[in-house]
Amino acid sequence: MSGRSLRIYAFVYLVFLYAPIALLPIFAFNDGTIIAFPLQGGTTRWFTELFAARSTALHESVINSLIVASITAVFSTLLGICAARAATRYRFPAQRGIMGLIMLPLVLPEIIVAVSLLIVFMNVGLGISLWTVIMGHVLICTPFCIAILNSSFQNLDPAIEEAAHDLGETQWNTFRLITLPLVMPGIISSLLISFTISLDEFIIAFFLSGTDPTLPVYLWSQLRFPQRLPVVMALGTILVVLSILILILAETMRRYGLRRAGLKDKGGFL
Amino acid sequence: MPSDTHTIKGLKLVSPPLLYAVLLLAGPLGMILLFSFLPQPDNPTEATFTLSNYAEAFNDPIYPELLRRSLLISGAVTVVTVLLAFPIAYFISFHVSPRHKSLWLFLITIPFWTSYLIRVFLWKVILGFNGVVNSSLMGLGLIETPLQFILYNPTAVVITLAHAFAPFAILPIFVALEKIDRSLLEASRDLGENRLTTFIRVTLPLAMPGVLASILIVFIPTVGDYVTPEQVGGPGGTMIANMIQLQFMRLDNQPMGATLSVLTMASVTVIALILLVLNRPFLRTQR
Amino acid sequence: MTMITLQGVEKHYGDYHALRGINLDIQAGEFFSLLGPSGCGKTTLLRTIAGFEDVTDGTVTIDGQPMANVPANRRPTNMVFQSYAIFPHLNVAQNVAFGLRRRKDLNAAARNTLVEDALDMVGLDGYGKRAAHALSGGQRQRVALARALILKPKVLLLDEPLSALDKKLREQMQSELRRLQRQVGITFILVTHDQEEALIMSDRIAVMFEGQIAQLADPQTLYRRPISRQVGEFIGVMNILPAEVKIAVGARIAVDVAGLGPVMLTPDQCPAGAKTGQTHVGIRPETMAIAFENDTDTGNLIDGQVEEVAYYGDMTYYDVRLQNIERPVTISMKNLVGRHVLQRGEKTKVRWDERSLVLFKQ
Repeated sequence: MSGRSLRIYAFVYLVFLYAPIALLPIFAFNDGTIIAFPLQGGTTRWFTELFAARSTALHESVINSLIVASITAVFSTLLGICAARAATRYRFPAQRGIMGLIMLPLVLPEIIVAVSLLIVFMNVGLGISLWTVIMGHVLICTPFCIAILNSSFQNLDPAIEEAAHDLGETQWNTFRLITLPLVMPGIISSLLISFTISLDEFIIAFFLSGTDPTLPVYLWSQLRFPQRLPVVMALGTILVVLSILILILAETMRRYGLRRAGLKDKGGFL
Repeated sequence: MPSDTHTIKGLKLVSPPLLYAVLLLAGPLGMILLFSFLPQPDNPTEATFTLSNYAEAFNDPIYPELLRRSLLISGAVTVVTVLLAFPIAYFISFHVSPRHKSLWLFLITIPFWTSYLIRVFLWKVILGFNGVVNSSLMGLGLIETPLQFILYNPTAVVITLAHAFAPFAILPIFVALEKIDRSLLEASRDLGENRLTTFIRVTLPLAMPGVLASILIVFIPTVGDYVTPEQVGGPGGTMIANMIQLQFMRLDNQPMGATLSVLTMASVTVIALILLVLNRPFLRTQR
Repeated sequence: MTMITLQGVEKHYGDYHALRGINLDIQAGEFFSLLGPSGCGKTTLLRTIAGFEDVTDGTVTIDGQPMANVPANRRPTNMVFQSYAIFPHLNVAQNVAFGLRRRKDLNAAARNTLVEDALDMVGLDGYGKRAAHALSGGQRQRVALARALILKPKVLLLDEPLSALDKKLREQMQSELRRLQRQVGITFILVTHDQEEALIMSDRIAVMFEGQIAQLADPQTLYRRPISRQVGEFIGVMNILPAEVKIAVGARIAVDVAGLGPVMLTPDQCPAGAKTGQTHVGIRPETMAIAFENDTDTGNLIDGQVEEVAYYGDMTYYDVRLQNIERPVTISMKNLVGRHVLQRGEKTKVRWDERSLVLFKQ
């Protein structure tokens, strides 16, 4: 295929990718209770409804999701740092097997992760709560964190750490003064990405959240009530805008990190 | 180069994530396997372990049918997604200037990070009775009455999943294409191949590991997808995950749910292994 | 005075035996080189001195202090890394000042003076505010040097520091490093695979093969009297000729060299305890000559035929076939005024001198 026909194809493909998201704001500002064409004229009442006092269930689910996503981001990034550092810097027995197990959730159907955790939590008497959701989310976010952090740690010339050690710094100070600042952009994008994944995750939260729903679980319950759908559209619009902002921040951090390490940009974060 | 202290440091460092994966992944997966051999709650028998769940899963026509349909739908999703994704990955790798590559990748990943539930729901809006497709076609005068065959069936599931997993398919192929030394393509042209034959004889074989990664990374998770069939699948588009959910959350039948989970994992694993074996010649060319 | 002593140093990586019984004394103020092909253990040896590798067996002593259990950050050595390892997030001055952080006795002004002096010493005055990644290869090398030397180490370790530079810059840095070493008077240990670089720069050179020191000598001895065929062929070009040791006559040894005939060698041309029997001798290309009609030198002449001619501009290298030997010998000639270059196939006479022969062990 020639460059031009490929370019046309690429733009059509982008339209396909963005079509659903482009519809969100259209219906969020549409003054009609049915999510269908033709449009009924503009309104902002679905957004006011979102913030109305009677939407307490929604507000609680947002708070639940923020708590879950924040804690998940911190723990999965910490685990990711350990694994990525170990995998890029050291050689140890059964390395491929160990890393394979840790990365497995990346390719496992989420429902399998969800039901296997459900069985365990129900049968060891732990019950289910937001904490069990967090445990599940840390499991599926860690592989993404490792993928991001791996490239940060790989870009780090081992001689740089040796140089700091050679110039008189202890192992810990070398980590603090050299390693950490250089991988910091990777750590921040890892935090942001795992936060976003956790915020959006439905299946595991659906199985493991118990009486406190996260935002996606709450959304799922609302999709059954047609009169609630315009509000869901408004909420979706806000979420999309927020996600895009977080992603731009993550991408900026990643590029900043590459520039600081004096490296050429080689692609996106996955 | 490894020495003993080096190895120990590495093991120490990897132990927290490893311990976590053992406790919350390997352990629970083992539990599922164990539960699939337990008697069902409404059918108490004397035996502690039983194969009756597996017998039921194979004899009751609904389970094999659902599993077969899940694999077929996932297969279709995979083929569609990877075929649509390859030209995009090729375009970004070979026709986009290096400065703009990461912008394109960024544009492609953005939709993936927006709420999955809402994206799936919006496909319902697009494909629905009064949806975007129907109202546009009617507005253009191409059809008189709304098309009804595009929602609540396996086709809708395939379209929706192909959309959801697009970036997953593009990125591995892109990475494989980026790794190809451009002088190999020049060498092929120099040795008398034209652009098409160069693509077939050099580019495609070297991109195969990436294509295979895309296939697996799309196929495996989609087999167990729950949201899309539930939203846009209708009765004919129900998949195995919906049945697993039903067993666990509605029927409270953990042993049967576990059995179906084990069977799903087993069939996915078998298919993945077959794909890997078939592609061995391509994988061996890469160190 | 001895600065570094290595005694029976052994290093194993699993099954791989990287260093085999290294014994070595390096003097204070010496420019010492570890020379060898890649994988010979020279970098591993340097890293055991720096403290990045533990020895499996044996001892490392620096300035009289045993170094067992002394980590790299507490050793009186500093290293210039092959990749230079310039901290990418710090500017030039911050890089150079990195090791001064723990010097609590220095105030900011004193520290700045030290940094400026160090940059001045390596010819980078005024570069302090530059970002690290905006530097050229040669400049990075200088920053790495300044960063290590500012700490006034007892020993400076250099791991292939010039291998990433192009030829011109490399030659310039070679003489600059030599000047710097004389100026600061610190012991320098250089790891290199480039025999020319080692010869130019070093006071003494240790040639390493397969984890062992094959020969330890000053550059001239190493070049003129390599201890083995392996060393002789690694350093420069050496013609290897089959030879037979006939008999020792007093202190001298009678040898029959293929293509050249019988010669008498002095003890310094022979390995200790040479026995009668088949062996090899080596002879350097520049110690042989094409005998042109107009030269009046005397000496041994033998007939030969030119097989190959390589014209280098200042020099011409000839491969000349001699009678009774399998491989042609290489002879280098300066292209002096009025001296013509022979053609392939021309018959010629070759002049050689038995004082330039080295006898190798059987």
